[in-house]
Amino acid sequence: MAAVRTGVLGSFVHVDAATDAIRALRRGGHRDLTVYSAAPNHEIEEALEQKVSPVRLFTLFGGLTGCAAGFGMQYWMQRDWPVLVGGKPIDAFPPMVIIGFELTILLGALASVAGVVILSLALKPTKGLPFDPKFTDDRIGIFVPCAPDQYEATGGLLRAAGAEEVRHA
Amino acid sequence: MATVAHEAVPAITHGQVTRDVVATLGKPSRAYVLMLLGAVAMFGVGAVTFVLLLKDGLGLAGYTPPVMWLVYITTFVFWVGIGHAGTLISAILFLFRSPWRTAVYRATEAMTVFAVMTAALFPIIHIGRQWVFYWLLPYPNQRYLWPNFKSPLLWDVFAISTYLTVSTTFLVVGLVPDIAAVRDQVSGWRKKLYSACSLGWTGSDNQWRHYTRAYLYLAALATPLVLSVHSVVSWDFAMSIIPGWHGTIFAPYFVAGAIYSGIGMVLTLLIPLRRILKVEHLIHGYHFDNLAKLTLFTGSILFYAYAMEYFVAWYSGVKWEQTTFYMRALGPQWWAGWTMIICNAFVSQLLWFRKVRGNLTALFVISIFINVGMWFERYVIIASSLSNDFLPWNWAVPNPTWADWGILVGSFGWFLMYFLLFARTFPIVAIQEIKETIPMPRKRAGGHH
Repeated sequence: MAAVRTGVLGSFVHVDAATDAIRALRRGGHRDLTVYSAAPNHEIEEALEQKVSPVRLFTLFGGLTGCAAGFGMQYWMQRDWPVLVGGKPIDAFPPMVIIGFELTILLGALASVAGVVILSLALKPTKGLPFDPKFTDDRIGIFVPCAPDQYEATGGLLRAAGAEEVRHA
Repeated sequence: MATVAHEAVPAITHGQVTRDVVATLGKPSRAYVLMLLGAVAMFGVGAVTFVLLLKDGLGLAGYTPPVMWLVYITTFVFWVGIGHAGTLISAILFLFRSPWRTAVYRATEAMTVFAVMTAALFPIIHIGRQWVFYWLLPYPNQRYLWPNFKSPLLWDVFAISTYLTVSTTFLVVGLVPDIAAVRDQVSGWRKKLYSACSLGWTGSDNQWRHYTRAYLYLAALATPLVLSVHSVVSWDFAMSIIPGWHGTIFAPYFVAGAIYSGIGMVLTLLIPLRRILKVEHLIHGYHFDNLAKLTLFTGSILFYAYAMEYFVAWYSGVKWEQTTFYMRALGPQWWAGWTMIICNAFVSQLLWFRKVRGNLTALFVISIFINVGMWFERYVIIASSLSNDFLPWNWAVPNPTWADWGILVGSFGWFLMYFLLFARTFPIVAIQEIKETIPMPRKRAGGHH
C-alpha cells in the first residue's frame, strides 16, 4: 500500500483549463503530479509529456516465450513419442506453426495484462492518494503533492488556471 | 419503425453517459426477468438431455452411419462462429479507429466470450466418454503418450482455448475502468462488490498510460487470432479428403461466415436489449446501419463462396465432388441446402436498401434468418458430405433425435442465461470508450489541434 501523501487536489470541468494548470505546475517545478480523468485524453498526455509505456516489452517477452514454448513443446513431445502420420516427418515444421502461433498470441496477451498490473497497479498504486469519485464521472482531477506551506500558492495556481474546486488533502 | 438519427457522436455529456449506463444495473424489468427465466428453462432442457446422454451414451443422438458427426458438431461450429463478431468489432475496428464500435462493442465482446464458452461444451458432449476429455491436453502421464500434434482436432483445442482466454482477457481489461465508474456511483454491498472488481482503478494518468498501450497490443494480438480461429475450425473439415470439405477456400469462407453469423446474433440480441435496458439514445440507428453494412459485406462474400463451391465442384471434374453438390441442391435434404442459400446469400442482399437498414424491425427479422441460415450452413456442410461419401451403398440420410434438439435448445439457454446475467451485472455499454468519443468541455472556443 502506498503511503498517504499530503498536497492539493484540484477539480476541473474544462480540459484546456486542466492542461493549462498541468503546464504551469510543471514549469513551477511540480513534476510528481497525478492527473485523474474518466477517459484517456491526448491533451493531458501531451501536457504531462508522457513517455511511451514500457508495457510493450512485456508483450514482446510474452510473445517470444509463447512462440518458443509452442514450438519447443511440440518438437520435444513428438520426438519423445514418435507417431508416423500420413508419411510426414516426425517433427514436420508446417503443422507446428499453428500451435506455435496460438501460444505466441496467448502468452503475448497475458504478459501485456501482467504489464499493466505490475507497472500501474503494483509499482505505482494510487491507493492512499487523495481522490474524488467525480474523477471517474465527468471531472478532471489534479493532485499536487506539496508541503503545507505551499498549499496557498499551489491552490492559487490551480484556481487561476480555472479549477472549479480546490482542497487540501 | 421510424429511422433514428445517424450521428457518430452522441449529443450527451460525460456525466449523462455514466448515469444512463449505471441505471441499466438497477431493478430488473418484467421483460428481463421473463427472458432470464426462459433462458434458464432452456438450459434445464439441455442439462437433462446431457444427464441422459451420460447415462445411456451417444446412441441416443441421431447418428446414422456414415453420418457420425451431426447436430453437436454443427452447433459447435455455429457457436464458435457467433463468437467472431465480438473480437472483430472490439479489436479489428479498434485498430481501424471506427467510431461506431464504441457503443456496441461491450455487448458483442460479452457475446463472444459466452458463445465460445458454449462452443467449448460441444467437443466434451460429443466425445462420448466425457470424463476423460483432459486426454486432449498435453500433460505428463503414466502411459508416456503425447497427443498427435498433426491432428486438426488438437489444433482446435489450442485455438479455441487461446481464443476463449484472450477474448475473456480483452473483455475484463475493457471492463475495469467502467466498473470503477460504477463503483463511484453506487452504495452499500454493490459498492463493495464493484470496488473489489475494479482492482483499485482510479483513472490516473499513469494507469491510462499503461492501459491504453496494453489495450492496443491486445487488439493487435487478437486481430490475427480472430482470423486464425475459424480457419483452424475449417481445417477440421478441409484437412480430410471428404468430398465437399477438401477445399482451399474453406478458411476464408468459414471466417466470413463466422463474422456474418456473429453480427446476425449481435442484431438479434441488441435490438430488444437496448429497449429493455433503455439505452436507445446510446445504441441507435447509426450503429445498426454500420452493423447492417458489415452484414451485407460478409453476406456477399458468402454468396460468392457458395457460388464458387458449385463452380469448383463442376470445374474439378471429380464425380464425387459433383455428386455431393448435386445432392445438396436436389438430394433428400434439399430443404436444408436451400434454407442455407436463401437465408444467407439472398436475404442479406436486402441490406443494400437504406430503408431496410434503417428499419429495426426488418433488421431483427433478417437477423433471425441469418441465425437460422448459418446453423443450416454448418448442418449442410457436415450432413451432406458425410451422407454421400465414396461408397454409394453406404449412403444414408441422418435422422436427428430429441437428444440432438435437447442439447441444441440447452446451448441457447446456457448462452442467453450468461449474457442476460452479464447485462444486469456489468455495464453493457462501454462508458469509458463512449466518453472518449464525446469532446470534453472547454473554457476557450475551438478544439484541440
